Amino acid sequence: MAEVTEEKVKVKEPKEPLFSKKNKKLLTDPLADNNPITIQVLGICSALAITAQLKPSIVMAISVIFVLGVGNVVISLMRNIIPSKIRIIVQLVVVAALVIIVDQVLKAYAYTLSKELSVFIGLIITNCIIMGRFEAFALGNGPWKSFLDGIGNAAGYGVLLIIVAFFRELLGSGTLFGVKVLGDPIEKTGLYAIGYENNGFMVLAPMALITVGIIIWIQRSRNKALIEDH
Amino acid sequence: MGLKDKLHKLKLKYKGKKMAPAFNAIHTFLYLPNETTHSGSHVRAADDLKRTMNTVIMSLIPCLVFGMFNAGYQHHLALGEIEAVSGGFFSSEFWTLDNLVVGLWEILPLVIVSYGVGLAVEFVFAVIKGHEVEEGYLVTGMLVPLIVPVDTPLWMLAVAVVFGVVIGKEVFGGTGMNILNPALTIRAFLFFAYPTWMSGDKVWVHGAVERANEIAGGAQLDAISGETILGGLAQGKEILAQAASHGKEVTYSIADAFYGFIPGSVGETSAILILLGGLFLIFSKIGSWRIMLSAVLGALAMGLIFNGITNAGWIAESSKFYALMNLEFWQHLIVGGIAFGIVFMATDPVTASQTNKGKWIYGFLIGFISILIRVFNPAYPEGVFLAILLMNVFAPTIDHYVVQGNVKKRMKRLKLKTA
Repeated sequence: MAEVTEEKVKVKEPKEPLFSKKNKKLLTDPLADNNPITIQVLGICSALAITAQLKPSIVMAISVIFVLGVGNVVISLMRNIIPSKIRIIVQLVVVAALVIIVDQVLKAYAYTLSKELSVFIGLIITNCIIMGRFEAFALGNGPWKSFLDGIGNAAGYGVLLIIVAFFRELLGSGTLFGVKVLGDPIEKTGLYAIGYENNGFMVLAPMALITVGIIIWIQRSRNKALIEDH
Repeated sequence: MGLKDKLHKLKLKYKGKKMAPAFNAIHTFLYLPNETTHSGSHVRAADDLKRTMNTVIMSLIPCLVFGMFNAGYQHHLALGEIEAVSGGFFSSEFWTLDNLVVGLWEILPLVIVSYGVGLAVEFVFAVIKGHEVEEGYLVTGMLVPLIVPVDTPLWMLAVAVVFGVVIGKEVFGGTGMNILNPALTIRAFLFFAYPTWMSGDKVWVHGAVERANEIAGGAQLDAISGETILGGLAQGKEILAQAASHGKEVTYSIADAFYGFIPGSVGETSAILILLGGLFLIFSKIGSWRIMLSAVLGALAMGLIFNGITNAGWIAESSKFYALMNLEFWQHLIVGGIAFGIVFMATDPVTASQTNKGKWIYGFLIGFISILIRVFNPAYPEGVFLAILLMNVFAPTIDHYVVQGNVKKRMKRLKLKTA
């Protein structure tokens, strides 16, 4: 029975344009009103760990976009042949394979960065967003939709990572991408000449949590529909 | 027309408007509020929130005034302009106009920035929320300048106050809803954000940082060492001695530490004035004696444990923890900020445990953990603010189990009766 209904869907699909309104929504929703970090509150751990600086955050964002985009497509293609009892294991194998590819590429072409990110690239496997999207979306939708959903969610995660990293690096170290934009704290130039000092708290993990909290606060006070009533 | 009438008119004019809370607050602050309860049960009591807050502020005033004199005294002493105090608490070397002037010059700006920034944040939030302005910041604003080093840059204080009031209090719903003590949140923020300004041997005496910069610039001057007693002990120096001396090796006598003629944060050095403030709070029934007493007991207990360890010889004298462990257990109470924290911060009625049994546990653990952190934290040998913040977080849990225990006991009693 399941296969019959599936075929019906497949027949219907080509009629829909590639970037229909619905599909576009899949891509753009997670960027704002259904952001995986601020709304679904997933993937917080890595957001705390690697957002002290912009560069690793961007690499992390790109890695997750790749893993989730490709992973969603793979799972979606296999969705009818994966026995539901062992689907978690299959999903894990897929993520693990993709993460190993990312890890090896980083080691080959950006060794220092991969050292900096250390275990956190490997820990993409445990990122709740990825398993969450596999379970919630890829297992029930076609590959193109799953691809858009994967890219959208990973980008939503990445955008937040970059926003948090921007503030943490700027206020915590006075740099952006390692460039001293506020002046030199040792030579006392720029802002440091008038007594400014870096905020050491921003570099510590709690401030990442508080920064994410403030973003959640701003987002929900701008869009009251997002506030859950408890 | 008097100010009161004008304010009253303004209040009526802006009633229901966005700015109304701001005018109401000024009116309430300066005069007795003319609002009455409209419904529910009425209790006639003189102690509204404003009066409670003012009582705490009154108990803090001696510490503030002493802090001003002490700031000047430490400054002049470090520059070698005056001799160390030789008499008792009322020594004429200490209570001089010179000392007060330096203190006023250094500490009044801290007070003004603390109140100005904090109340501005409160007003903004009251207007946004459409609530009345809460009086909660009155005490916080007085506590903050008392628990920071005298040379704290004002902009850092302002940033920390904004952070402490917004993240420590307003996001939870304002006064009465906060989990963490706002003043300690501000202190913790300063400590983690700008550690070089909150610890070390330069920040506690006004002028030491400047002097260090001059020396770095090539000037031929003696460096000022303004270590706190705890800072000295953490480095294994014998800084607490029988007699005070201000020669090459700076030492302080126990009387110095008790009276407060020592470097430290602005208002926390004088154990005797903190004791007076604490008694005032207890007799006015504003502060909980259970918390104060149990915290003192907790600190003494931990101190005794460490004394026992050193007496038994379980730790080598070369250990970096030895000096602080070997400090007589009762002397822990007169050095560092623990006395101030216990009396004025741990007893904050919002963030402390609410049940009587809970207060005993809460207070005891504050004292206990403070001394533990003090001894084992080599980078910064004062742990009372961390201990209180930690116990603030656990206070609701403690209360929950105390209440549940009580419920269980009563259920048992009920069963016994009916059975």
